[in-house]
Amino acid sequence: MNYLFAAYMAIWILIFVYTLYLGHRQSNLTKELELLKTALKEKSR
Amino acid sequence: MKNRGVLGIGHNILGVITFLVMSLALYMIFMWVPEEATMGPVQKIFYFHVGTAWIGFFAFFIVFIASIAYLRTKERKWDILAEASAEIGVVFITLVIITGPIWARSAWNTWWTWEPRLTTSLILWFIYIAYVLVRASAMESEKKARLAAIFGIIGFIDVPIVFLSIKFWSLNHPFLIENGKMNLDPDMFKTLMVSVLTFTLLYVYLLQKGMAISYIRDEINSIKGKLREKFD
Repeated sequence: MNYLFAAYMAIWILIFVYTLYLGHRQSNLTKELELLKTALKEKSR
Repeated sequence: MKNRGVLGIGHNILGVITFLVMSLALYMIFMWVPEEATMGPVQKIFYFHVGTAWIGFFAFFIVFIASIAYLRTKERKWDILAEASAEIGVVFITLVIITGPIWARSAWNTWWTWEPRLTTSLILWFIYIAYVLVRASAMESEKKARLAAIFGIIGFIDVPIVFLSIKFWSLNHPFLIENGKMNLDPDMFKTLMVSVLTFTLLYVYLLQKGMAISYIRDEINSIKGKLREKFD
């Protein structure tokens, strides 16, 4: 039973961490993109 | 022009469906499917172990197809697809490499044995770790995409070897298909199929996210280029 628990925990933790990592990366890049878009608009004025 | 870095409502709906199917898979594994007579509860590792292995192989198949398409067309979308799929493939093969020994410890009384299925799976993992490292290198982007595409095509050779290794050399690893028939109880087969569906949906969900990230990164690089021109 311990082995079963260990296997499923490993699966959940890795999938959770990877999904979180992708979400974090996406949100950081989106913020950076918005900043750059604003900078480009200001420069174009 | 459509902004491919923004994921729409469809992506969120897919996330909800994946969660629901995942819940169904867990219900079937822990509450519904009968326990295997010889191994007992630990056999239940099998459903997610095979599900993750399927996605690992499928992800590398997509890398293979996208790499061929990229070398033929030089279109960036294929390169982005290959990159996102390879990263997911590495995550899922890592899960296979982790859950396999946990099952082996219980079934064979050893964490690791150098039998063909395990050895070829480990080689596959190293191949795609190397692929991801090539992607992360500071090489000129077109050269890197070309090198990664060649790597993605050659690296895929190991996938059928892993798949067929139990047929030709393996002594310990369980056989799922024997003489063209499933070597599995019908309820266990249904549970396995729901697990495979769960991970397929999860793969598509993660792939959409990974590809969106690459599109955003491309847009950032394009704006940085424009800004550099304006400052010069």
